[in-house]
Amino acid sequence: MAFVQNFPFMSIILSLFSGPLCSILSGRKAKWVNAAVIVIIGGMSAAVLGFVLGTGQEYVYTMGHFPAPWGNEIRVGVLEAVMAVFFCVIMLLCMLGGIREREEEIEDTKQNLYYIMVNLLLSSLLALIYTNDLFTAYVFVEINTISACGLIMIRQNGRTLVAATRYMIMSLLGSGLLLLGICFLYDLTGHLLMSNIREQVALIHANGSYHIPLLVAVGLMSVGIAIKSALYPFHSWLPDAYGYSTLSSASILSSLVSKGYIFLLVKIFYRVIGFDIVRDSKVINVLFVFGIVGMIMGSVSAIKESNIRRMISYSSIAQIGYIYMGFGLGTTAGIVASIYHIVSHAATKALLFVAASGITEVSGDSTDFFDLTGAGYRNKLSGIAFTVGSLSMVGIPVFSGFISKLLFAQAGVGVENTAKMLPTLIALAISTVLNAVYFMKTVIRLYTPEKKAVLEKKEFKQVKMTEEPAKSFALICFIVLNLFLGLSSEPIIRLIENGLNMFA
Amino acid sequence: MSKKVSQEKYEKTRSYRMKQWFDGTRDPFLNTVEMKPQKVFSEDKETLERRAEDRKKLRERIYDTAGNTEVRVFRKFYRVASVLFCICLVVMLLAAVSGLPTFGNPGNPVNNEVAARYIENGLQETGAVNIVTGMILDYRAFDTLGESHVLFIATCTVLILLRLDKSKKGSHGIGYEAEEDRIYEPKNDVILQTVARILVPPIVIFGIYVILGGHLGPGGGFSGGAVIGAGLILYVNAFGFAKTERFFHEKTYKRLSFCALACYALAKSYSFYTGANHIESMIPLGTPGAILSSGLILILNICVGLVVAGTMYTFYVMFRKGAY
Repeated sequence: MAFVQNFPFMSIILSLFSGPLCSILSGRKAKWVNAAVIVIIGGMSAAVLGFVLGTGQEYVYTMGHFPAPWGNEIRVGVLEAVMAVFFCVIMLLCMLGGIREREEEIEDTKQNLYYIMVNLLLSSLLALIYTNDLFTAYVFVEINTISACGLIMIRQNGRTLVAATRYMIMSLLGSGLLLLGICFLYDLTGHLLMSNIREQVALIHANGSYHIPLLVAVGLMSVGIAIKSALYPFHSWLPDAYGYSTLSSASILSSLVSKGYIFLLVKIFYRVIGFDIVRDSKVINVLFVFGIVGMIMGSVSAIKESNIRRMISYSSIAQIGYIYMGFGLGTTAGIVASIYHIVSHAATKALLFVAASGITEVSGDSTDFFDLTGAGYRNKLSGIAFTVGSLSMVGIPVFSGFISKLLFAQAGVGVENTAKMLPTLIALAISTVLNAVYFMKTVIRLYTPEKKAVLEKKEFKQVKMTEEPAKSFALICFIVLNLFLGLSSEPIIRLIENGLNMFA
Repeated sequence: MSKKVSQEKYEKTRSYRMKQWFDGTRDPFLNTVEMKPQKVFSEDKETLERRAEDRKKLRERIYDTAGNTEVRVFRKFYRVASVLFCICLVVMLLAAVSGLPTFGNPGNPVNNEVAARYIENGLQETGAVNIVTGMILDYRAFDTLGESHVLFIATCTVLILLRLDKSKKGSHGIGYEAEEDRIYEPKNDVILQTVARILVPPIVIFGIYVILGGHLGPGGGFSGGAVIGAGLILYVNAFGFAKTERFFHEKTYKRLSFCALACYALAKSYSFYTGANHIESMIPLGTPGAILSSGLILILNICVGLVVAGTMYTFYVMFRKGAY
């Protein structure tokens, strides 16, 4: 076994280990440890990606001396490695972008607790990506939930506490349903290992026995994960949680945490149940309907919102709707589009959050829409970054959002079930127009010059790029990432297709 | 008819003394106790008025309950809908459960080669007499590693939420004492202290026994740690924080849990690494049944036990006082 193959296991253990390590360090040191851990893990994941692409084969890694159905194991393929690299990059940029806000908004004595949360969150995301065992996935879902709560409420004002409570209740409900689904599956198949469950499920499906419990299990797991990733009717926790928590928390939560769960759902569909059986079970039709409703309703709520950060949060609901709609199409093209959208949305939404904080900073820390007039001139880089993010969200060519919308549309046209074709295309069109309404409205507001008298009265300041090098660097990286995803999407789409082939 | 006894005579009888003891006016050891009627909890007019005003304001500003027909209609609808939804859910889940394999049937899919190997080879492969311990700390140690980090991160979240840091303690305004009852130490209660003095050592020793014997019989890190944590909580209730702070401080907790979790992670990394790379593990399993046996399980149990005990105690302290 090549030494590189140990890297996935090492990256999980390293991030797990660094959590308790941060608890005995001071906030400043913990910050460096955290950054170093993310960089090292990103590097290791890139090496793993290179290795897997080189051999062209997935491999399993036994965690301990006992082979798979008895012990734990993790499984590494192209898609897993891509996700790990990508999550590390986004997490590093989110942490860089929010340094100033973290230091201002979190008490000095609790700084190191923040890094514990982030390190353990990273480990849980990695474990969710790599694990080949449903119960291990559940354990790390727990870590993910608790650390996300911590990230929300560490900035202590009343709103975040309420938001964290709401998130906790909804998220625990989701975990409960997921666990119930896992129990059902275990009772039916006698296994917790994904590949073994899949064999057994195929047998059961062929026999035609246990039809109802299997359907209920699939439903429970889908609904549980849908709640945790804020699919439309279960989104009530999201706007406050993203809108009022500290900047890096908001961007990490929106771009990584919900995406980790969605990736787990992809794994469950492909590696646990088998996508044919999921398609036959009609559960995806439900996801399809709610995805489409979410696409519209999320955008409508965003248009009504006057707080810029809450507006971006509502936009997340719409984007999650896109992803579930892609699942609902029931074709491989749809899933590829969804996974591409996971990537592109993660890159864009984090960019928008960081840029929005740069804009509000020069508007007297007001998140109100009307105070943002002319903010694009006062903080030029953030203005440009926000514009790039908005254009990408709306789906203008050159930016990453365009590619994902294109993929969704292609998947929608290519779907066999023609009943789904028209709703998909119509919903895409309506949602794009709605996106344009609220994002372009904000961009125009940003570049409408404010009267000098008002500026002087409100004492808005100017911020130059060099004043906050970390944030500027993060923003530039995000912009480059967005353009890269938009301009050279072919290799990434091929990677995703390659990875999905390994899944099946 | 009972004989009418004069008051003086009656006061000398045993029954009168019994009654006095019962009423609490006289103690057999301390003689007459000066009785103080318990103060009825009452707030002065000002606070009451302020509170009523606040409540009124709240209602006016946030909830317009009286005139809002939409809210009333929605509430009725909500009640009906929630009942209907629950009934649907119950029916659906019952249908699903009734479709599951019969409980306890030997032919069930659960009774497959996985369980068989745990039962048949568990003792030889892990060296643990207690199969459950062998399963969670050897076969599936990765899950348990995650699980102990769940406890750790739960403590950290509670620290974020409840820990009061010195910088935050503000002025002593109105109602400070009512809000800050955490500044009061527990009273020196003789009964509690005596009981604690008798009970705490056996509780802690029992906890240690449960942890150390986890691979030999029922028990293990999670249950033993919980027992030790309960012992510590009893101790702190009886003797106050000043005494526990001498040996258990926040730094102690952090270092303890760091050492335990790091030890766990290192030990398991070794066995994961050797296992995956097909290197022979150097750790002897020992004779099953001996205290020093079953490889790493004993160490892992101690680590888990430390984390659990610290977590229990920290939870209690945070909710009680907000600081160590």
